[in-house]
Amino acid sequence: MAGMAGMACVVAAGGMVGVLGRAGIEHALPSPPGGWPWTTFWINLAGSLALGALLETLARWGPDRGWRRVVRLGCGTGVLGGFTTYSTFAVQAVRLADGGAAGAALTYTLVSVATGVAAAAAGIVLASRAHRRWSARRDGAAT
Amino acid sequence: MTVLLLSLAGGLGAASRFLVDSAVTHRQRLSTPMGTFVVNASACLLLGLLTGWTVTRSGYDGVVTVVGVGFLGGYSTFSTASVEAARLLLAGRGVAAVLHPLAMLVVCLAAAAAGLALTG
Repeated sequence: MAGMAGMACVVAAGGMVGVLGRAGIEHALPSPPGGWPWTTFWINLAGSLALGALLETLARWGPDRGWRRVVRLGCGTGVLGGFTTYSTFAVQAVRLADGGAAGAALTYTLVSVATGVAAAAAGIVLASRAHRRWSARRDGAAT
Repeated sequence: MTVLLLSLAGGLGAASRFLVDSAVTHRQRLSTPMGTFVVNASACLLLGLLTGWTVTRSGYDGVVTVVGVGFLGGYSTFSTASVEAARLLLAGRGVAAVLHPLAMLVVCLAAAAAGLALTG
């Protein structure tokens, strides 16, 4: 994969899939206007968990080059980065507050960020444990 | 047609994020990652501007879908921000793990509010 242009193309291909996925889910399950934006909330939470698990798994498998870098950029930066959104999340919160629901907006943002970090940490820890179990089984089978 | 443009705009947004993030990371001297911070703050300002502009005008649903959901949705990211903070947390940098996402949240909300106020 040659240089930044090649890497940007891999990210773009993944981003097309991720954004289409989120747009489809938001279209199928629209959040009620003026209420807690549940759809964006769950999308961001699921994306954070999946990205934590993916990046940790790739890092445990080996150095960031070759096919591992293509998967990281395509599936991680592209698909999962594009699937989740910060801009929609922030504008939803500001509009909730503008609509008189400042408390709900504050809760929505703080809960989203805190659970997002917790989900990403859980993804990292689970992937690390899974890799340890897999390595132990592989080493056990080899002896 | 809108679906195709939405997807293409999403890919363009994600590639822009990758390039801006790489450029910021290349120049930064802080020990906390700033690339995603810059990307998300600028995305929130732009989506605020777009939302404010279209809220009082009708007939721009296609523009909102392609630019707002597609390009800016692909450009901004929540998952990378979460993973960056989770890594600080797991590295034992508890204070940075709380302050970094909180600072991003405050700046991004302010950027979105400023955008909405400027055009709304």
